Amino acid sequence: MTLDLILFLILALIAITTALGMLLSRNAIYSALFLVLNFITVAVFYLLLGSPFIAMVQITVYAGAIMVLFLFVIMLLGAESLPRAQILPWQKPLAIALAVVLAVEATVLLLTRGRPAGEIVPPDASVNTVNNLRDLGTALFNQYLVPFEVTSILLLVAMVGVIVLVRKEKRVH
Amino acid sequence: MVPINYYIILSAILFTIGALGVLVRRNALIIFMSVELMLNAANLAMVAFGSAIQSFSGQIFVFFVIAVAAAEVAVGLALIVEIFKSKQSIDVDQMNSLKG
Repeated sequence: MTLDLILFLILALIAITTALGMLLSRNAIYSALFLVLNFITVAVFYLLLGSPFIAMVQITVYAGAIMVLFLFVIMLLGAESLPRAQILPWQKPLAIALAVVLAVEATVLLLTRGRPAGEIVPPDASVNTVNNLRDLGTALFNQYLVPFEVTSILLLVAMVGVIVLVRKEKRVH
Repeated sequence: MVPINYYIILSAILFTIGALGVLVRRNALIIFMSVELMLNAANLAMVAFGSAIQSFSGQIFVFFVIAVAAAEVAVGLALIVEIFKSKQSIDVDQMNSLKG
């Protein structure tokens, strides 16, 4: 057991526990906070995989902006927990069975098809320094310039769409 | 040295928990959070693959996925707020009519 492997196992345990906590919490605010912890754990995984830029983007955009938006909406609506209603008795066992099937299928397919061989080498100093960021930026603004611009237009469209959605309608009588 | 298989299995487990959340929960906000969890699991697999083949493309793809997820969350939460305004509830069982 190397240090990397021990670190991976502990982080994986935290990630799965927080995901289950998100799933099982009755209160939506607890779910959101569990999900923040899960996102931060995944950011540490990105650091382990030698991509510090994506790790920082994960923390600022996901754990920062998106989850704050979620918490804001939960508190704005005051809808932390739903009143108990009658539930379909067969829904939960069926969902769990289907989820187990999905997990097995996904794991088997990913492990047998198109797997790049070998182990992940731990990032050395040359990967984990500013070179990584510079190369990433160069690739983003040369090779991937068109997708980058399309993404900016997508964000603009989303912004306009949200404003149109929540605007008060003028009633015409 | 962490074998890439471990990352793939972890990603599959996280994706499954997200899918299970979409299937069993009735709170629209928690269903939405589960969708985010699934996106995150896919991102983890992509960064792991990119790291295994020593390429940037995985990271760049994840960058775009995060940008699209931000746009998606903004629009989705606006829709949930609108549904709450008309129905006074975000229980997905209550959303059974097309006209608000």
